[in-house]
Amino acid sequence: MSLLRRLLDKPWLGAYAGALAIWLATIAFTEGQGGAGVLTAALSFATFSVLVAIGQMYVITLGPGNVDLSIPATMTLAGAVSMKIMDGNDPMIVPGLLIALGCGAGVGVFNYGLIRLLRIPPIIATLSSSFVFLSAAISYSRGIRIKPPPLLADFTTWIVAGIPVLAVAGALLTLAMSVVLHRTVFGRTVTAIGQNPRAARLAGLHVDRVRFATYVMCGVFAGLTGYLVSGFSGGAALNMGSEYLLASIAVVVIGGTSVAGGFANLPGLWGAAMLLFLLVTMLNTYGFGAGIRLVLTGVIIIAVITLASRKAVR
Amino acid sequence: MNTALLARNARILLPTLSFVVILLAVFWLQPRAMSYVGLNLLLNLALPIAFATIAQMFVITVNDLDLSLGAYVGFVACVGATWLGEQPALGVLVLAAGIAVYAAVGALIHLRNLPSIVVTLGMSFVWLGLAILVLPTPGGKAPDWLRALMTWKTPIVPFAIYALLALAIIVHFGLMRSAYGAVLRGAGGNPRSVERAGWSLLRTKMVMFALAGVFGMFAGLALVGLTTSGDANIALRYTLLSIAGVILGGGEFTGGRISPVGAVIGAMTLTLAGSFLSFLRLDPDWQIGAQGVILIIVLALRVLINRAEARTA
Amino acid sequence: MNIRPGAGHSAPGRFPVMQATTSSLISLGGVEKAFGAVRALSGVSLDVAAGTCVGLVGHNGAGKSTLMNILAGTLQPSAGRLGVAGEDVSAGYGVATANRLGVRCVFQELSLCPNLSVAENARILHPSLKGLGWRRRAAALIGGKLDAIFPGHDIEPGQIVGDLSIARRQMVEIARAFSATDRNVRLVILDEPTSSLDGVLAAQLLSFVRGFVAEGGTVILISHLLAEILNTSDRIVVMRDGGIVADRPASGFSRASLVESMGSVAREMDARHARTGGGAAERRVSATAKRQPEAAPLIAGRGEIVGLAGLGGHGQTDMLVRIFEGARMRTAGVTVEGRTAIVAGDRQTDGVFPLWSIGENATIASLGRMLRGMLIDPDAESRMAAEWKERIGIRTPDMRNPILSLSGGNQQKVLFARALGSDADIILMDDPMRGVDIGTKQEVYSIIRREADAGRTFLWYTTEMDELKHCDRVYVFRNGGIVAELSGDEITEDRVLHSSFEPAA
Repeated sequence: MSLLRRLLDKPWLGAYAGALAIWLATIAFTEGQGGAGVLTAALSFATFSVLVAIGQMYVITLGPGNVDLSIPATMTLAGAVSMKIMDGNDPMIVPGLLIALGCGAGVGVFNYGLIRLLRIPPIIATLSSSFVFLSAAISYSRGIRIKPPPLLADFTTWIVAGIPVLAVAGALLTLAMSVVLHRTVFGRTVTAIGQNPRAARLAGLHVDRVRFATYVMCGVFAGLTGYLVSGFSGGAALNMGSEYLLASIAVVVIGGTSVAGGFANLPGLWGAAMLLFLLVTMLNTYGFGAGIRLVLTGVIIIAVITLASRKAVR
Repeated sequence: MNTALLARNARILLPTLSFVVILLAVFWLQPRAMSYVGLNLLLNLALPIAFATIAQMFVITVNDLDLSLGAYVGFVACVGATWLGEQPALGVLVLAAGIAVYAAVGALIHLRNLPSIVVTLGMSFVWLGLAILVLPTPGGKAPDWLRALMTWKTPIVPFAIYALLALAIIVHFGLMRSAYGAVLRGAGGNPRSVERAGWSLLRTKMVMFALAGVFGMFAGLALVGLTTSGDANIALRYTLLSIAGVILGGGEFTGGRISPVGAVIGAMTLTLAGSFLSFLRLDPDWQIGAQGVILIIVLALRVLINRAEARTA
Repeated sequence: MNIRPGAGHSAPGRFPVMQATTSSLISLGGVEKAFGAVRALSGVSLDVAAGTCVGLVGHNGAGKSTLMNILAGTLQPSAGRLGVAGEDVSAGYGVATANRLGVRCVFQELSLCPNLSVAENARILHPSLKGLGWRRRAAALIGGKLDAIFPGHDIEPGQIVGDLSIARRQMVEIARAFSATDRNVRLVILDEPTSSLDGVLAAQLLSFVRGFVAEGGTVILISHLLAEILNTSDRIVVMRDGGIVADRPASGFSRASLVESMGSVAREMDARHARTGGGAAERRVSATAKRQPEAAPLIAGRGEIVGLAGLGGHGQTDMLVRIFEGARMRTAGVTVEGRTAIVAGDRQTDGVFPLWSIGENATIASLGRMLRGMLIDPDAESRMAAEWKERIGIRTPDMRNPILSLSGGNQQKVLFARALGSDADIILMDDPMRGVDIGTKQEVYSIIRREADAGRTFLWYTTEMDELKHCDRVYVFRNGGIVAELSGDEITEDRVLHSSFEPAA
């Protein structure tokens, strides 16, 4: 009984329940056809949303006003640079990965420099820097789309028994980041800052260092995702990050993380990412046009948030 | 009195200065811009952006953020390019309903204590979807009266300049000088105390969001009047431009510290920055990036000035 | 003495004369209030007649603020009867009713809108200030009131409140509370109104209060400065532990009897150890105040308990934070040998992490010692939590419960546990006993003494005289700087108050 209650108290329950309901509604319409295929696809695409959302979640947990709007630009930059360096050669996969991560880290350092040294609010700082880095990506890639190394393409699209290998790797990474959140001084400091930055400082925590690391980490995750998405979709495209801006924020919030900061939730990211993808699939399956699909997506997001808020409001 | 006056105006001093600098730079690069036609070309696109910036400013005043503004402006433009001309009654009704939805979103955010960025993020999908429903492919035609208004050949300086001036003055008097305006701004500065004095915070929130809806609608109509045809995606960048415009104009994200005059100047600065960069014959790849750099420079200047002020205070 | 309030708005006739029935303006019967498990008020009955000034005293946490919040309509009582001006308003009393009946409150936390001008803030309180020329009328209203209360002030109605000093904001807040339009003012509650005013301004305010009362207005005055209470009030009400323990005309009290009824019994002084001064002990802290970099620094040595005294908000907290940060990065004028930890006094803004458990709140400053590899060892964490639950007596069945399930005093103990349990050599305490019950205080005092004997250094900012008696030396602060250093038998209430007020030599 108390186990059940503890389960019901979990903030991520809503996201999973919503995802399940939508999946059932979809396969009810197709009379069971393609239900498994939909799940496989959902896992693949959810992995990318979850990866960017992990970084975004840590940033949002730092407290009100903290958000990284440069994720799409970072993804594009990391994807474009790493694809060009690898130039389709399998042996370059690891150096390419390191370069993608390095691009992400660089963006993070630049962002935090603007926030800390120039005291620019994070929203505007990351927005401005995203303009700069998007230009850099455009200028660097010259509009040529370079194919990823075959091995990378195979890995990112590898599916075993209906489960994408990338999703398994993503789940392990999520687990690791959950341990980081709860069991390291860094993770504790992030949640402490989000609850009360002044108290965190007075408790002797390294507030500036941790905020810096968090923004860099968010950039690194965006860089990683840019690298993987490029491998998955056959090369870096200039607009490939755009859908992940809204997705990263929506996934974090629907997943049960507090937008006001101080409380984060990793399992919920998967539920929320699945929910968003399945929602689009369902609306497609039902044969709605783009307009209705968008309207319903928006309405459902707002409805989920409104329902979830009943528990969150203290 | 002098120091008080100075402190009040310091907020819009920097935006004004940045605007003048960038205007001079444009004139220097392109002397032909110093003419009626040139100014018109430079500034007519500033009008919709200024309307959107003012709309965003209302929401920022009460410590919220509207991430759906660009999609909403696009929706209005689509309605303007279709129903408003073909079936004016229906068009007006739909636009009024849009404003009502804005007020309802404000109420929802207040009553359920929801984060505005998430709710408006959801609303951005809704507006974009509605825009596509109204106008599935780019096209349509702006009503003649709107077209005529936006291309009105006013004496001495172009229409856009009169309109921008009127916008700044009207909103300044409405929000900064009127009695209820003080309450609205107070609701951003110290909501608890405003509530304690007997004002309804629900009402202030709804009024501010409805005003954002009204001015966002003007933005959409001005835009469709200039471009003559509509497109659901026409104004998506207005969301971020409008936020940047408010901040550039001396506003702050929290605490109800905003300046309508500054916001209009901020919007004009952003528009001019675009033209300035194209006159520079900058590599087109770096156009967006240069906008980012300009934004960073202006904000950095503001920090330096604020710091110097804090030292002398 | 009797300052006649200036311009038209506050002419005597504006205060409605109470009916022939000498019924009270305020009448409370058996008012109770509980916050969760904590009982803040236990059956308070109080009648306040129109045209009087009632002084309300009591230690921190005695229930004064809760009672005043109920009168102002910002808190609803759990039980009890509430009458204002002969009207029974027990049901549904809130800010709206309070406004209608002319009840005003100057809260300790300032309630002005910092982004608005002084005149605009007056407008917020007065809905009738609207239409053409409202700005002029609002400026005249608030400016007139400021002139009446604080003659010679230099506040312009057009100034933005956020640009004013704390003292000027407090003046505006007070003037606004006394301002009347069609929204009348009958009762003004002043909660520590002089805490950030200097002596001259405080005297101006108190003489205005007398004038206001003489014209039929009613004032409830809360202050820690007993002289203020004794000189200004007609009647004094003493609260202790959520109830009223004494209620007599002011003439019936002396300073000593007032202190006695508040529950401060003279404590035996032999607890004090004879100690060497800061010069002789191994020096750990030396810090000058930011405002007076040239003056003699505050010195604290190993094993010393050093008090920071003076009126609230005169730079003591800033000094503690300065020393805290001085231990982490180079700061001019501050040298600190050793690690520091702070015990916050303002729990909500400086101390508690509201979303965490009690245990997590207690261990956050000590996590570095609990690492096994990269990860925090959960066993070590729960061991520390259990140890401090025992040592400092945190009243909870389970340290994994949320911190907000604790009463204020117990939350404060958790903050003590956080600092004392850390490896800090120097403990900085920022008026940490607010809202802590007397039993806990005694426990904490003895822990502090024990830890000091074991070699820790304590810097202790407190507003309570009794606590200064636990200190080896005391620095008195005024206007952001140190104005006196007292040690041993020099530490008396008189000496401290004397230095707190007297102009700088």
